[in-house]
Amino acid sequence: MGEVREITFVEALNEALMQEMERDPNVIVMGEDVGVYGGIFGVTKGLLQKFGPDRVIDTPISEAGFIGAAVGAAAAGLRPVVELMFVDFFGVCMDQIYNQAAKMRYMFGGKIKIPVTIRTTIGGGLSAAAQHSQVLYSIFAHVPGLKVVVPSTPYDAKGLLITAIRDDNPKIFFEHKLLYGVRGPVPKEPYTIPFGVADVKMEGSDVTVVAVAYMVHEALKAANELKKEGISVEVIDPRTLVPFDKEAVIKSVKKTGRLVVVDEDYDRCGFASWVAAIVADECFGYLDAPIKRVTTPTVPIPFSPVLEKEILPNAEKIIKAVKEVVRKA
Amino acid sequence: MLPPEKLLDMYYKMVLIRAFEDKVHELFAQGKIPGFVHLYAGEEAVAVGVISNLKKGDYITSTHRGHGHCIAMGVDIKGMMAELFGRKTGTCKGKGGSMHIADFEVGMLGANGIVGAGGPLAVGAALALKYKGTDNVVVCFAGDGAQNQGAILESLNLAAIWKLPVIFVVEDNQYAISLRSLTPSKLQPRTSTARSVAERAVGFGIPSVTVDGQDVLAVYEAAKAAVERARRGEGPSLLDCKTYRYYGHFEGDPMVYRSVEEIEEWRKRDPILLFKQRLIRDGIATEELLEDIRRRAVKEVEDAVEFAERSPYPEPSEAYTDVFTDPYY
Ligand SMILES: Cc1ncc(C[n+]2csc(CCOP(=O)(O)OP(=O)(O)O)c2C)c(N)n1
Ligand SMILES: [Mg+2]
Repeated sequence: MGEVREITFVEALNEALMQEMERDPNVIVMGEDVGVYGGIFGVTKGLLQKFGPDRVIDTPISEAGFIGAAVGAAAAGLRPVVELMFVDFFGVCMDQIYNQAAKMRYMFGGKIKIPVTIRTTIGGGLSAAAQHSQVLYSIFAHVPGLKVVVPSTPYDAKGLLITAIRDDNPKIFFEHKLLYGVRGPVPKEPYTIPFGVADVKMEGSDVTVVAVAYMVHEALKAANELKKEGISVEVIDPRTLVPFDKEAVIKSVKKTGRLVVVDEDYDRCGFASWVAAIVADECFGYLDAPIKRVTTPTVPIPFSPVLEKEILPNAEKIIKAVKEVVRKA
Repeated sequence: MLPPEKLLDMYYKMVLIRAFEDKVHELFAQGKIPGFVHLYAGEEAVAVGVISNLKKGDYITSTHRGHGHCIAMGVDIKGMMAELFGRKTGTCKGKGGSMHIADFEVGMLGANGIVGAGGPLAVGAALALKYKGTDNVVVCFAGDGAQNQGAILESLNLAAIWKLPVIFVVEDNQYAISLRSLTPSKLQPRTSTARSVAERAVGFGIPSVTVDGQDVLAVYEAAKAAVERARRGEGPSLLDCKTYRYYGHFEGDPMVYRSVEEIEEWRKRDPILLFKQRLIRDGIATEELLEDIRRRAVKEVEDAVEFAERSPYPEPSEAYTDVFTDPYY
């Protein structure tokens, strides 16, 4: 696959944007502070200098306007990559996302396509409090018509972002804030990773643990600890929630007989519950223990580090859940 | 001319805000305060000039840059500092942090993590005051960047058609993160084609005035006229205050979008310096008296830090309370 280097998650995303903008003049980038500032986390650094202000547009703080405009531009033939600075701000622009972008193709009888990519940041752990710490991907997965991408490594970040930009549908691309500084091997050449294909991060035989985004790393930490105690954990990262690779999860549960789903989103009506329901439906007979969910309790994310730690999932809580299902066998 | 006690109280509030913000800047750099922190240093004349016109029963809505509004409203700085430290004794029990300090008892309806979100809340509070037949008013503080948010534009219209007692105070500190409010560049497009927000207000039928936001007495006089008008039941007004923030957008901001020279240039018209010169020139106070006031403010901030550091963290179980008025979550 040519040259492979260790780079950060931010650099991987930046490289994907650079390469896609070079390849396809219809790709434009817009959002608050994506130009001169290079994005508040640095993802769009250097794009303005390289591609100019017609293709890299610093917008006013008008999310309903400019995210809707990206949808309109996509309908009219561009491939916009638009940034919503924090997913928590979706409230000011959701109509353009879930009623417009997500439904236009269906309502219009399949006659148009909306190749827009909405990039946004998610996640707790930074004491950023109730309006800057949520993940909320379950809300977007709940709505028909949006592809939901949740990378966990620099390699996946680059490949999935390139796939997203080339895909002809509306996508929400979630970047966990705690992942930006994470390093990993990434090929220099552009490459794609198909949506809907899970990655088995670690093979195991006792318990299946499904996790996405930053929680993949907490799950791996837990799995390594549990290995020392003789418990063999299989860690699966679905990488996209929509489309969802349910075959990979079912195959694994048929082997292990136990499932723990780790999900940083609020517990109530969330991603973890949905995965649990699929497994309960499709391989109930294979289960040796009740399915466990390690999620964020459905309370606003508190500011104080003590309170935030209390509610967010982490390796320690995953270990506890895994031990419970193993004991129940 | 205002009575000397009033003028000296305004001076005290301005130096208290400055001392508080300088200290928080230092504590953040030392890693003692977590999360996202936006400082008000440089903009003191706006909060103090406006709020010095308010009386019991009046309300304000604030922004992510809310410390100055809190202090001018009389929120206890011990509680504020403890809030920033995430302690149990904080204004909001450590659950909100810098971006979410509120104290309804003194009429402070909340800092806000969502840009522009204070607009509709101010309109609603004014609707309630009018309904109850009081002559109280509501001040909506919002930045230059926030003026491009749909919620603010809708609020201007609602306040105008319902003739509500709202004073919209624009804190034009020249930037919305990296986006300049008035001086677009080759690489960065305009954020508004109106010459000023004051000009825009005309379209809503709202009287407006542009104010030197570095001159606390100019702000005071402009706000006085607007507040009196609102108390008389004649409806909303807008003040467009030109000012400047000294620190980064948030603590930790590398500030690639502006020069040190520019900051130095604005510091020559520092609002505290200008007011001090004025008070001495008019024979209201001596240099020594003003220095005593400043020292008192610095000491109070030090006491607040000590209080915060001595305070306990909240109990982890506190994470699950206050979602509703009953214990359910
Ligand atoms: C709806 C929403 N969009 C974007 C942001 C991110 N953000 C926080 S402050 C800010 C700039 C605000 O500029 P301005 O209103 O001028 O206030 P200032 O920071 O200059 O005081 C932005 C873009 C946000 N918090 N909420
Ligand atoms: Mg501003």
